[in-house]
Amino acid sequence: MNLLEIIFYALSVFALVCAIMVLVSKNPIHSVLWLILVFFAISGHYILLNAQFLAIVNIIVYAGAIMVLFLFVIMLMNVKKDSEPQKQLFVKFIGVIAGGSFLTLLISLVKQSIPLVGKTVLLKEGSIGLINPLGKALFTDYVVPFEISSVLFLSAMVGAVLIGKK
Amino acid sequence: MSIQYYIFFCLTLFSIGVVGVLTRRNAIIVFMCIELMLNAVNLLLVAFSKMYNGMSMQNGAVSMAGIDAQIFVFFIMVVAAAEVSIGLAIIVMMYRNTHSIDVNFLNRLKN
Repeated sequence: MNLLEIIFYALSVFALVCAIMVLVSKNPIHSVLWLILVFFAISGHYILLNAQFLAIVNIIVYAGAIMVLFLFVIMLMNVKKDSEPQKQLFVKFIGVIAGGSFLTLLISLVKQSIPLVGKTVLLKEGSIGLINPLGKALFTDYVVPFEISSVLFLSAMVGAVLIGKK
Repeated sequence: MSIQYYIFFCLTLFSIGVVGVLTRRNAIIVFMCIELMLNAVNLLLVAFSKMYNGMSMQNGAVSMAGIDAQIFVFFIMVVAAAEVSIGLAIIVMMYRNTHSIDVNFLNRLKN
């Protein structure tokens, strides 16, 4: 097992443990902090895949902006720790069973698929994740979706203000 | 690194998000689990793009194949940011009306 595989397994285990802690922890603020750790682990995966632009954007947008928005809303509402009504134990059990069988189904499907056998992912090499090729592709082939997404942002901003005002 | 390990990891992360949506009643936690699922899909898209790039680099010297998936991930992040701003505004409005963020209060839409 070489170094890259060790990094892959360490990041994966870290991300999965933090993702489970998001669900388990009672306090919503702790959930947000665990989710930020998950995003950092996923950014580590992006760096491992040499997708440097996405790694930085993931940290800035998700861990920096979206999670701060979540924290802001939670602290604004001043939700008490024990105020969340729990679902019945039976419903929780059914939910875990449903998610587990979903996972088992998809994993057995992937294991049986013949086109995926022997395919490997380039780690640490390749230049498509760098800023220069991505910027060129974004502003030549994908310039129309880029502009449309700015309109989407504007409408989202107007909508958020409109909903939150009254 | 084989692509199957990436698929297994992303599927597990996605399933954790699904279990969170099914078992929690706090609307904010449910929303965070949706973000978790989006991130799992993003990581899988990047892994597939690197797989495709590596396959085409075996034939030619330098290849830009697979760059579309990374642009897609960028747009998914854009849409997620817009979605979060709207969704949190809706949750704030719901809290102002019902003084609770329990998702079960939203079943008034039934009648």
